[in-house]
Amino acid sequence: MDVLANLGHGFVVALQPLNLFWCFAGVFLGTVVGVMPGLGPAATIAMLLPLTFKMPPTSALIMLAGIYYGAKYGGSTTAILLNVPGESASVVTCLDGYQMARKGRAGAALGIAAIASFIAGTVGVVALMLVAPPLAKFGLAFSSPEYFALMVLGLAMVVLLAGESLVKALLAMLVGLWIAGMGIDLFSDASRFTFGNSEMLDGVDFVIVAIGVFALSEVFANMEQREEGTMLPVPKGLRNLLPTLEELKACRFAFLNGSVVGFIIGVLPGAGSTIASFISYGLEKAVSKHPEKFGTGVPEGVAAPEGANNSETGGALVPLLTLGIPGSGTTAILLAAFVLWGLKPGPLMIQDNPELFWGLVASMYVGNVMLLVLNLPLIPLFAQILKLPSYLLYPIILGISLVGVYTVSSSLFDCYMLAAFGLLGYLMRRLDYPSAPLILGLVLGDSMERALRQSLMMSQGDLGILVSRPISATMLFLAVLLLIMPLFRKVNSWRVRAIEENG
Amino acid sequence: MPVAQKSWFLKGDVVSGAVLAALGVYIISEARQWNYVGPEGPGPGFFPLWYGIAMMILSLWLVVVSAVRPAAAGAKVDWTGVGRAMLVWAVFAICTVLLKPLGLLTVLALLTLFIVGVMYGKPLKIACAAAAGTTVGFYLVFTLALNVGLPVGPLGF
Repeated sequence: MDVLANLGHGFVVALQPLNLFWCFAGVFLGTVVGVMPGLGPAATIAMLLPLTFKMPPTSALIMLAGIYYGAKYGGSTTAILLNVPGESASVVTCLDGYQMARKGRAGAALGIAAIASFIAGTVGVVALMLVAPPLAKFGLAFSSPEYFALMVLGLAMVVLLAGESLVKALLAMLVGLWIAGMGIDLFSDASRFTFGNSEMLDGVDFVIVAIGVFALSEVFANMEQREEGTMLPVPKGLRNLLPTLEELKACRFAFLNGSVVGFIIGVLPGAGSTIASFISYGLEKAVSKHPEKFGTGVPEGVAAPEGANNSETGGALVPLLTLGIPGSGTTAILLAAFVLWGLKPGPLMIQDNPELFWGLVASMYVGNVMLLVLNLPLIPLFAQILKLPSYLLYPIILGISLVGVYTVSSSLFDCYMLAAFGLLGYLMRRLDYPSAPLILGLVLGDSMERALRQSLMMSQGDLGILVSRPISATMLFLAVLLLIMPLFRKVNSWRVRAIEENG
Repeated sequence: MPVAQKSWFLKGDVVSGAVLAALGVYIISEARQWNYVGPEGPGPGFFPLWYGIAMMILSLWLVVVSAVRPAAAGAKVDWTGVGRAMLVWAVFAICTVLLKPLGLLTVLALLTLFIVGVMYGKPLKIACAAAAGTTVGFYLVFTLALNVGLPVGPLGF
């Protein structure tokens, strides 16, 4: 009953005209961003973050979260019409969505994607609402050693799932920790890694790194090619966008599968919506009566991954809001947004800021309805965005990035650093270094160092405190297990290869 | 330098690994100048020393493994594409330096002109129209509507 009463208060907050407006602005912008290949929610949130400083935190958060889950809706449009995923999470949607479009069922594919997104997105919010409060209560038992262990576990999962090379992911994370350590030390007045520059004493602002690594690197990477894809015709009229009853019937399990898998994967740090959509698609194929038809244009092949990548959003907010641990690049940027507004996501977040938490949850219900209404009849309109030439889009992104960074502290030095981090982000892409571990290392760096040093102060320098407490010991054990698991797999594959070569 | 030696040396992983190993050494050398442990517990050098060591070990591992591993067949680098991206980055970097003397709106106009006219090879008329449109749009949205303080040049914009 408490949950319902709190949700009621949340709706009072979310339905205020100002918050409704920002919710609409967020989901609209999110859809636009999702439709445009090459511009993700992480880059957009990072670019717009400085512009939200003057807004009330609740309204700003409602808008930024709207961009986050709105982009998931929009991502399917390019996947289905262009065979180009607007978001990495929509890669799987290309498999059957584009095939449906080629068979003249583009409208139905877009409609199924929107309906699956709505159902799973709503299920994700319901689950967030039910899971977050008890998890936050559990989190109250955490002290510095547990927080340190939790951050190590979160980073280990992100590193494990971030890319093909575990070593590169670990190195990216360490670079993030290094950047986080720049500036005045947390506990003393020692200045670290400032290169004798007084402008570095406050450290490197997270926004600069996030915009450089996400937004700028995307622009530079997209500038490599001049060609743009060809789009299949967009069906007009609501009737042409609605799937048939048979198609909806075929998607029954896919809606449920996407919702559940997406949420569970979302709660796990590092997994993210791309993995959620792949697992959900794989599961759908595994239980299907006609698995051989997957990839030829079956509606379940669209519904399952699209549902999963939307439900994942609700799951990803659970560790962020209740433990203060982001599980992806985008949630790391949201965490930075909280910190910039003076809020501290963690076990006390729901208790101390009920208006913000429940307002956000309620706004996600509202936002999902807005997205369904927006996405079904307005898909042809959103598809027109794809006709916006890239040569107009990229200068705008570069300009917004400059404005965003300059507004943080009106410093031109920050703009020079933006160029440097843009180059870093681009080189990381080219060399296959994942960016999520760097961003997470940067966001968690300070807290991780603080938690470790506080733990060692508590134990008078004895590292045993990290393994003598059951919760932290378990989490550290899991983290080590996660990091050595691929090593065993590799050793085993070498062993097998050697046996084969000799035999 | 023999061709085989050159090919592995040029491998991105080897170069990036070497750069990161150097960064690791730098972090360790800096961390050693700060207190490792003080009377109140770990000092400012404690945490950087350990991640510096980890960075050095991992990057050296990356260098060794990449140098030993044969280059993947068919994995060719599109140097023309890389060149285009780097050119845009270089122009963007120059633009950040020009922010102080020229102001953001002028710099944005130049950047747009470059991307549309040079990188996409559009006619000058289109490039100028795009540059003007972008600049006016930014002025209306950020300066007038949102009242955001942007770097201004000698002409006051």
